[in-house]
Amino acid sequence: MTISSLVPRMSRICGPGNVVTDPLELRTYECDGLTSHRATPALVVLPCDAGQVAAVVRECAAAGIPFVARGSGTGLSGGAVPREDGVLIVMSKMRRVLEVDPLARRAIVEPGVTNLAVTQAAAPYGLFYAPDPSSQVVCSVGGNVAENSGGAHCLKHGFTVNHVTGLEVVTPSGELTWLGDGTGVPLGYDLLGAFTGSEGTLGIVTKVVVKLTVAPQAVHLVLAGYATLAEGGRAVSDIIAAGIVPAAIEMMDALSIEAAEAAVACGYPQGAGAVLLVELDGPATEVEAELATVMKIIEAAGATEVRTADDPAQRFAIWKGRKAAFAAVGRLAPAYIVQDGVVPRTALGDVLARISALSASSGIRVANVFHAGDGNLHPLVLYNDAVPGEAARAEEVSGAILDACIEYGGSITGEHGVGVDKSRYMPRMFSDDDLDTMQLLRCAFDPASLCNPGKVFPTPRLCGEVPGHHRAPHPAVVSGDAAAAGGDQGTAPQSPPMEIF
Amino acid sequence: MSARLSAAAAGKALAAACDSVRPGTADDAVGAIVPSFVAAPSSTAQASALLRACAEHDLAVVPRGSGSRLGWGAPPARCDVVVDMLRMGAVIEHAAGDLVARVQAGARMADVASVLAKAGQEIALDVPGGATIGGVLADALAGPRRLRYGTPRDLLIGITVVRADGMVAHSGGKVVKNVAGYDIGKLFTGSAGTLGLITEATFRLHPLPAARAWVTARVQGTSPEVTTMAAAMAAAAANSPLVASAVELDRLASGGPISVGVLLEGSADGVAARAEEMKGLLSAVIRSGDAVIRSSDEAAPGAEVVHGAHAMITAPASAAPDCWGWVPLGGDDATLLRVSFWVSALAVVLEAIEAAARETGLRPFVMGSAGAGALYVMLPAAEAPGVAARFVGLVRAAIPAGRGGAVLLSARAPLRAALADDGGLAGSTPGLALMRAVKDQFDPGHRMAPGRFTWA
Repeated sequence: MTISSLVPRMSRICGPGNVVTDPLELRTYECDGLTSHRATPALVVLPCDAGQVAAVVRECAAAGIPFVARGSGTGLSGGAVPREDGVLIVMSKMRRVLEVDPLARRAIVEPGVTNLAVTQAAAPYGLFYAPDPSSQVVCSVGGNVAENSGGAHCLKHGFTVNHVTGLEVVTPSGELTWLGDGTGVPLGYDLLGAFTGSEGTLGIVTKVVVKLTVAPQAVHLVLAGYATLAEGGRAVSDIIAAGIVPAAIEMMDALSIEAAEAAVACGYPQGAGAVLLVELDGPATEVEAELATVMKIIEAAGATEVRTADDPAQRFAIWKGRKAAFAAVGRLAPAYIVQDGVVPRTALGDVLARISALSASSGIRVANVFHAGDGNLHPLVLYNDAVPGEAARAEEVSGAILDACIEYGGSITGEHGVGVDKSRYMPRMFSDDDLDTMQLLRCAFDPASLCNPGKVFPTPRLCGEVPGHHRAPHPAVVSGDAAAAGGDQGTAPQSPPMEIF
Repeated sequence: MSARLSAAAAGKALAAACDSVRPGTADDAVGAIVPSFVAAPSSTAQASALLRACAEHDLAVVPRGSGSRLGWGAPPARCDVVVDMLRMGAVIEHAAGDLVARVQAGARMADVASVLAKAGQEIALDVPGGATIGGVLADALAGPRRLRYGTPRDLLIGITVVRADGMVAHSGGKVVKNVAGYDIGKLFTGSAGTLGLITEATFRLHPLPAARAWVTARVQGTSPEVTTMAAAMAAAAANSPLVASAVELDRLASGGPISVGVLLEGSADGVAARAEEMKGLLSAVIRSGDAVIRSSDEAAPGAEVVHGAHAMITAPASAAPDCWGWVPLGGDDATLLRVSFWVSALAVVLEAIEAAARETGLRPFVMGSAGAGALYVMLPAAEAPGVAARFVGLVRAAIPAGRGGAVLLSARAPLRAALADDGGLAGSTPGLALMRAVKDQFDPGHRMAPGRFTWA
């Protein structure tokens, strides 16, 4: 069956207004937040409820046509890059908050609901939704589930997977089922946990039960300026050693401070080699005690300037510089790559020195913005795409940074995901046996390899007998081709949409 | 069975793979089955060779840690080899500055805790100290502090497993923030030995709190006022910005008093202040609803009487109350049911247990993490299976559909049989078809603890 023959069926399922076939309109879906990977989908559908999603997937499964789900399209690893030979299922019409149960600290939302809308729905009850990626104004909860999104505050509060207690999903064969029942009490294999962060390759989420968190009594933000990253790093180590788990610990280097200052005039200490942000939250008495300790540590580490903020407006003003850093770096160079690597926190100093050496030897500037508390680096590799060969050198530096992360026992991605962008790095972090084992899970959910194929894994695994499907070529072959066709550069010649963490 | 017929050959193969293999004895029995062999690997490499040998000889395998909860779930249908993990008991790496530790699966929680405590850190799982890391993961065992820190899956950041075919696989790593690849660790959490053998695990750690305080409230009176009040106290404590680490509840006798215990952790000054505030919060719950409050008599100092229900709140204590965090084992003497629910249904659940007790004449013993939506219910195992099955059915029927359930963790054969056509041990299981598919992929020969789950 061809894709065009699916159009009338999809129109019957979703309504003719929710099926896109116009070539120009299809092109608007060709990429997500990582614009270097593009593919125009053959067909786009916008289902309005779980039943429609299931029916759409059943049509795809019966026809042996690959499908990809897309939320708000803010992902930074190309996880929502469509298939040219497939259907893109856009979840943006499913954006209702279905229920808030304040006593149980749970909400049930549709996947297209934005991250921030969950907190807005919970706020009247003194609750909030803890995972807060910087894109929270636009990114969807369904996308957060696919990527297991973090955010600046995941150091203390955890990731999406720690805050999702139930998922209604459409399996790759088109069946509607629940994973988890909202209680957080496991029964059998933790399929809910394994599904979360599987980057859309195990099925499509149609309802999400999220855990809500009680809003803290007190929140206190401290900003400190240092002459060097090493001094700021010492403060971070001492805070952790003192037994304090702040809500967030962020650092920026001179280059990113300069860029942020130029962009949003955030008033960070002039000429500082590093800016450290430490946010404490919790019961008022605990925050006061922790703040006293943190202030002592910060000063002992040689801070040149310290500011504190305990009201939302002041905190917002300080966070503004940090959150603007990525876009601001666009002022420093015509193009840049946003990298996302993780190292054990204690290796931060060594890896930053390595990045600095890489930068010096290649002549490629690197601005560093990072979640210092959990060792999650976001080096911004700057280059001029008008200079021949510079993009390739930037890509080389970016890859070498990931190698350093792996060498120090870290990870190739802390929060942006593998997607199409980093699947080629997976074998550097995992053995063939590790990857084979992960793909057993894929085979259990999606033996025909139709659900977001070509993502996460460099080489698809053959799942043995696939009941009910006989097609040529084998889906594995198709995926392999598609992975290559998706592009081979992890570069972002344009600034991605606002969001990064 | 072919395995029995070729026992000698199999024993030889096992001994070649692993330096500690002995014949099984009655003490090693899993359910009614005495295994032919007990093998104790000393490394992941040995465990891998061992499971490969088991695969070659079609031997059914049951992993064992401390062995305390081998009686949970349905007994495996086959068990040729018990893999004893106690020789793998080392803390391999404790990166204190990174708040991370890598441990072998046979390490006992108490031993790991004493190593980590030297750096003022812990794995924030308050489960029995004798339990092993692998056992805690395989049974997804969690204690009272699950309210604040979550269950094992929330603290596990990396895992090494040996598959049924002997292949060694890792997922995750030793950094807390990591989204590379599928999370096989989560998949194995709660797998009860049916997917493969866990040999190593890496956890995120937390600093040990400087101080702890418990505030306990006790209410006594007639239903439903008493259950409503206990539920309101538990929910208020769990939802308070004072940040309770645990909100536990127990009712040791049907119709008897209900205790609600709240644990606060943090700095010494902070905890003292928060405990007083928590006491005030619980008092306010008791006072709410046109209550008449008066000072207590001498027999119950500090007790307050509210529309017929006696309520008493103790002064904050720095030691845990009796039975705190006790995870019942079940076993031959008792049937153990785990009830899970959305906390907004706590009063409904407590009342349903009470009603089921009245209707069946059983006298359940209830305790657990009420603030986190999980309670254990113990019934005497000697009761007629039909009556106990009726009790389970009544409780299941009262839990809002799709928002919790009642799982028999430990039940004797007659009760399992009585429930076979009525939801079985687990009741309704979300994602059942997918669980089955996962089992078929990881253990196509169905040799890993076969029959432990209905789908595996």
